[in-house]
Amino acid sequence: MTTAALVSSSLLLSAGLFTLGVVGVLLRRNVITVFLSIELMLNAVNLAFIGLSRYWGVEDGGLDAQVLVFFVLTVAAAEAAVGLAIVIGLHRHKDTLDVDAFDLLKW
Amino acid sequence: MNLEVLNSILFYFFAALALVSALYMVSQRNPTYSAFSFIVTLVSLSVIYALLGSPFIAVLQIVVYAGAIMVLFLFVLMLLNVKAEDRVPESGRLRALVLVLALAFLAQVGTVFARARFTRPDTHFWAATREVAIVLFSEKYVYVFEATSVLILAALVGAIVLARRDDAKKDV
Amino acid sequence: MPQWLVDLWNGPTSGPILVALIKVLVIFHVLLGLFSVMTYIERRVLAFMQFRLGPNRTGPFGLLQPVADGIKLFFKEEFMPEGAHRFLFIAAPAVAILTAFLSIAVVPYGSPKFQIANLDVGVLYIFAIGSLGVYGVVLAGWAANNKYSLMGGLRSSAQMFSYELSLGMSWVGVILLAESFRISDIVESQNRGFGLFGWNWLVQFPAFIVYVIAATAEVNRTPFDLPEAETELVAGFHTEYSSMKFALLQMAEYVNMITVAAIGANMFLGGWLSPLGGIAEVFAHGEGAGIVSRSLHAVLAAGPQWFFLKMAFVLFYFIWLRGTLPRFRYDQLMHFGWKVLVPLAALNALLTAGAVVLLQ
Repeated sequence: MTTAALVSSSLLLSAGLFTLGVVGVLLRRNVITVFLSIELMLNAVNLAFIGLSRYWGVEDGGLDAQVLVFFVLTVAAAEAAVGLAIVIGLHRHKDTLDVDAFDLLKW
Repeated sequence: MNLEVLNSILFYFFAALALVSALYMVSQRNPTYSAFSFIVTLVSLSVIYALLGSPFIAVLQIVVYAGAIMVLFLFVLMLLNVKAEDRVPESGRLRALVLVLALAFLAQVGTVFARARFTRPDTHFWAATREVAIVLFSEKYVYVFEATSVLILAALVGAIVLARRDDAKKDV
Repeated sequence: MPQWLVDLWNGPTSGPILVALIKVLVIFHVLLGLFSVMTYIERRVLAFMQFRLGPNRTGPFGLLQPVADGIKLFFKEEFMPEGAHRFLFIAAPAVAILTAFLSIAVVPYGSPKFQIANLDVGVLYIFAIGSLGVYGVVLAGWAANNKYSLMGGLRSSAQMFSYELSLGMSWVGVILLAESFRISDIVESQNRGFGLFGWNWLVQFPAFIVYVIAATAEVNRTPFDLPEAETELVAGFHTEYSSMKFALLQMAEYVNMITVAAIGANMFLGGWLSPLGGIAEVFAHGEGAGIVSRSLHAVLAAGPQWFFLKMAFVLFYFIWLRGTLPRFRYDQLMHFGWKVLVPLAALNALLTAGAVVLLQ
């Protein structure tokens, strides 16, 4: 597989995974599954960046894309930690993890 | 067998694995099964990163995502004893709408990507630790790096405070 | 002969792939053999330390005991607990053994040529596979639908990833001194000319201490084996496992132990380097040298025999520790891992980085 085909295929894979993530966020009712779908979207974006980094090469920003992916990984870790702490708090409050149960701010 | 054929075989296999496990993750009822299939997705994505010349990010993805974040997810799932009920939304209309929109989005993005012409000459690219680190600690990104470490500290403190039990608050 | 087969054989990557396949087969089978030998050696040495004889009836000196154990485990009843999640229950030992064997791929066994993959992120790869090793335990504990298994699995995995942190950080000093993530480079960097005293166990002594303790905790050995001790939580995460699935879990634990010993021997004890340093070169080993001089040189100079000796020493240390220390309580274990080892490893990394910069 030539590099161009590899990069192109990985971008298409990234689009597919992102779509799956969006479907998961919109259609699932368990908070943790929604969270997992968000992480899937983040990973799809990471894949797009890595594919393009391979295509651009060292002189044209490829390594900057790698650094960006590094930061996305780190921030995703921090976000997952805080998000799961919130989920634990929610569960303690309502004893359910159904997204529709947390509607106190609804009009 | 030359390198290109090997690349093809590996890429197609792990891309298929990533898609199938992501699909499984989104459609499973039991969130613990979703978490486990997401781990498979993460590992196959990591292999694809390695195929794309990024061994550092590939290994980091396993260490951070598959090895730490998902363990966190699994711990929360097991400690909260989350059961397998998750009924899809009542109205099939919402489901149909979301699927149609998602397919439209995929078609748009997919067309753009499929029509793009990748004409650059193929250069050697192997972003090992040294190369990434030189850029990461250069003037461009060193402040962002230090700010990220403060962010992680904030997340750490925040997670501990948020997940603490109410009766423990009296001590502070 | 079909043309595609000829092309497959003659292609530019076939040679390396074939060599790698052969290496994989050899190393895999040698490790399996070493696993069964370890079970026997552990029982014997532990017995002698406890002033009793070990297994000495099956075969001469009990040497056929591993065979007997294998046959026994093979014929035990395989059962699936009621309510267990079928696929994951069967997959858990598979995941455990998979991660145990994946990490052996980047360790050089006595020579820079005898490793399956000379990855330039070798050390990070081992760290990554170690992180994945947690899942075998978590899956095994959860899939059995048993409260004791779940608690044992959660405790064991919490212990594993707590000590992984200090394990990884103990390597930072070593990597800084070697300026590379390749394990063969790290071994070569220990060739400082002082023989035994130039290796990383002395130059990075705090890191060595941290590594040795964290490695014991990482593979769930005594004194850190609370999650799987028979007197606690029934048997921890492998309560509900029997017959071959249990054998796989035991195999995974022993292979992990062997891997950790091999890594310790490579990163801290000098790998294939000889403790005599360059003194062994005194023995002439060129074209016209005599047989005595040549054989002395072959034995005493750097080579795989030293690596295996060091690995055996680390494995003996694991058995020695098991026969000597009592078990840690779980909260003592977690306290020690987070509040003592992590700061110590971080301090070591900091001081090493400072020293490297100052002495540039």
